[in-house]
Amino acid sequence: MTEENAGSVAKRFLYVNRRAPYGTLYALESLEVVLIGAAFEQDVSLAFLGDGVYQLTKGQDTKALEVKNFSPAFRALEDYDVTKLYVEKEALEARGLSESDLVVPVEVVDAERMAEIMEAQDVILSF
Amino acid sequence: MKFGILVNEGPYTHEASDTAYQFVKAALAKGHEIYRVFFYHDGVNNGTRLTVPPQDDRNIVKRWSELAAEHKLDLVVCIAAAQRRGLMDKSEAKRNGKDADNIAPGFRISGLGQLIEAGIQSDRLVVFGD
Amino acid sequence: MLHTVNKSPFEHKALESCLKFARQGSAVLLIEDGVYAAARDTAVSPQVQKALHSVTIYALKPDVEARGMQNRVMDGVRLVDYGGFVDLVAEHNAVQSWL
Repeated sequence: MTEENAGSVAKRFLYVNRRAPYGTLYALESLEVVLIGAAFEQDVSLAFLGDGVYQLTKGQDTKALEVKNFSPAFRALEDYDVTKLYVEKEALEARGLSESDLVVPVEVVDAERMAEIMEAQDVILSF
Repeated sequence: MKFGILVNEGPYTHEASDTAYQFVKAALAKGHEIYRVFFYHDGVNNGTRLTVPPQDDRNIVKRWSELAAEHKLDLVVCIAAAQRRGLMDKSEAKRNGKDADNIAPGFRISGLGQLIEAGIQSDRLVVFGD
Repeated sequence: MLHTVNKSPFEHKALESCLKFARQGSAVLLIEDGVYAAARDTAVSPQVQKALHSVTIYALKPDVEARGMQNRVMDGVRLVDYGGFVDLVAEHNAVQSWL
């Protein structure tokens, strides 16, 4: 479950995103935790389930809404060594989306694989 | 065992803060340690001393403050979430040019790193929200 | 792993999602409005009964009682108090809250 990492023990952190952006602030404030948390050199994964997949869709334009479009920030995650982004296959399909509709490369996984990923975590943060 | 607690909703509207409080109380009664309670999203509103609930209702904020005093709990309010929602301590009020502060006794304002640290240091992290 | 569900199954998909991802042998604790899923003879009770074959389901007694559900809890769902909630967290390697 844990591994030695430069003398300290790294934990597996999973951020579970199940909310769409903009209707509520949860998605943005969740991403803020991911960005801050990246500095702690833990083993970080992000899961996008249900409406959470809407956080990653291309073409978000929030100008008229007068709020910040935070979808480009997902592209910056790579610079923080956060590269494990898992998207629920069924959630994408149910919403008429495919991987090419998303702003970042992700690993699309079925429910069984997602359950395995969740089971392997030490800390699961959901907002 | 060491528990970290995350509270994502404010008092009264959602049950999350009540459930978290009862969980923390029960964990302490069983001899467990609470490493930290971190308040995020609207959860930061649990830390304002200006709430005045009706006398026949529980005082959620006061209850957290009292539990913190009794068990030396570390109640941390996220600074970024707090600033968005108008929750200030004296130094934050001064730094932001505000004329008042409202943080309740036993709470302190700090960064999101404190949540990650709670995840690292605790044996279990439990999330309460809506 | 321990899963908590705090939403009514009649208005939200939290329980459905939870059961989709909860692996064999996991524990599911119904809290807050989630306890309505513990009632027998409802539109969702067949789903919950089926889940009982692969996961253990608990309901938080103070939430059950607050909602007047104490005489409607289906067989197989176990009631716990806050101390029992703490024990469940301690017994499992991690907690996933289906908010």
